[in-house]
Amino acid sequence: MSHEVVEKNIGLMVVLIILVISVAGLVQIVPLFFLTSTTEPIEGMEPYTALELEGRDVYIREGCYTCHSQMIRPFRAETERYGHYSVAGESVWDHPFQWGSKRTGPDLARVGGRYSDDWHRLHFIDPRAVVPESNMPSYAFLENKVINADLTPRKMRALQRLGVPYTDEQIEAAADEVRDMTEMDALIAYMQGLGKCRDPDGDLVPCLRAGL
Amino acid sequence: MNEYDMSTFWHWWVVVLTLANIAGIYWLIRWTAKKRPGEVAEGSETGHSWDGLSEFNNPLPRWWLYMFYFTIVFALIYLVLYPGLGRFAGMLGWHSGNMLNVEDSQYMQERQRAEERFGPIFAAMAEQPIPVLAEDSDALATGRRLYLNYCSTCHGSDARGASGFPNLANDFWQWGGTPSAIQTSIAQGRQANMPGFGDSLGEEGVEEVAHYVLQLSGRPDADEARAEAGQARYQMFCAGCHGQDGGGMEMLGAPALTENVWTYGGSLAAIKHTIEQGRAGVMPGFQELLGEERVHVLSAYIYSLNPD
Repeated sequence: MSHEVVEKNIGLMVVLIILVISVAGLVQIVPLFFLTSTTEPIEGMEPYTALELEGRDVYIREGCYTCHSQMIRPFRAETERYGHYSVAGESVWDHPFQWGSKRTGPDLARVGGRYSDDWHRLHFIDPRAVVPESNMPSYAFLENKVINADLTPRKMRALQRLGVPYTDEQIEAAADEVRDMTEMDALIAYMQGLGKCRDPDGDLVPCLRAGL
Repeated sequence: MNEYDMSTFWHWWVVVLTLANIAGIYWLIRWTAKKRPGEVAEGSETGHSWDGLSEFNNPLPRWWLYMFYFTIVFALIYLVLYPGLGRFAGMLGWHSGNMLNVEDSQYMQERQRAEERFGPIFAAMAEQPIPVLAEDSDALATGRRLYLNYCSTCHGSDARGASGFPNLANDFWQWGGTPSAIQTSIAQGRQANMPGFGDSLGEEGVEEVAHYVLQLSGRPDADEARAEAGQARYQMFCAGCHGQDGGGMEMLGAPALTENVWTYGGSLAAIKHTIEQGRAGVMPGFQELLGEERVHVLSAYIYSLNPD
């Protein structure tokens, strides 16, 4: 039978395999790079401030995404607890995005403003001081780690090249904004900015509002 | 994926690739099964032999082949009924509703069903005044569930608070314990702001004021001489918010200092720290997330913990 042709001709087999497995990617992934809903930020969204960006790097370094998602799915049970479901336009400046896939802890996509800064500080130092049943590890050491402010502008420059609309002025001011701040300050700033956008008056408001 | 912002190019890109892929695998299975000139008859040995194991020229098992054809037919039927081919929405008009709040999307339907079921219950509760609701066991059970979900992370599952987070189960209220004050606290949140007085008072001044504050609460550990010295300073720096007699001012969230109730700890060291560094407790507002009716029920639960 003719399958012998494929089995005996390794070059042809490679070509056929590549053809078959690339179709799914070409159909499901490639068009997403050209749709406005997946490439355009939602209204009012702003790039992370220098401090938030440093906090985000702490979040990634400490592997927070292994226990926390940042992706509220469109189910009532989720939107009642966390707020409006997440949309793709909220992640366009995240490189890489922090959607995560596991929720040992709660989703954090809209945690900004849910708790006070003090709460976050206490909670990072000793999670069980405020939530006795929590199994989150302590991150008290972040209070003693000072941000390397010299790296911040370079990180922002890299993101600017990837399409995040940082202005040159913002990048120049970045190092002074984060100098002498601790990683704890940065992580709290990152938490408080999650799910927050600016309204026309410049006030921080939820990016998307739940509600029927 | 939102089919509505897909351009014509990407629409056809998806359609052509998807259908070509299905047609291609159908062709592949037919082509590979095709007899070639010179091959031995079906069922006989091909002549390949490895250590005595010989190969037969057998066709693919029938059941396997039919399942393969079935998946092709399934895919085609699916693509006709459901969205999948670019902008084609499918004959069933199904929507995940993820991008657009389409009225008949699965998510909106789920919310509407819940609204039909729970809406009237909350609406009826919202019409009752909070003190009445605070006697209603159904409302309190609902309020308690809301409390555990949204409030217990800071105020504790027993509502007794924690250091820095007010106890809600005593008769001491920083921002007022009337039903409307409680409702405002939950809906709009509160932002306390006590500045630090370490610089203006100096080390000794902080110590003296702290002893005076202890004395206001009738604490036996207050040092009388220091408290006396602290009184004048208290009147100058603290009385504006906490009142001349230490009675506090609910409008500013300045707690009374006469009750020996302490959000940030009542030890001499804790009080000194508060005076020196200041405190800025923040309660976030929950109107946005919960809506007016749930805030109302929640207020009744909090009120029931301590009706005054």
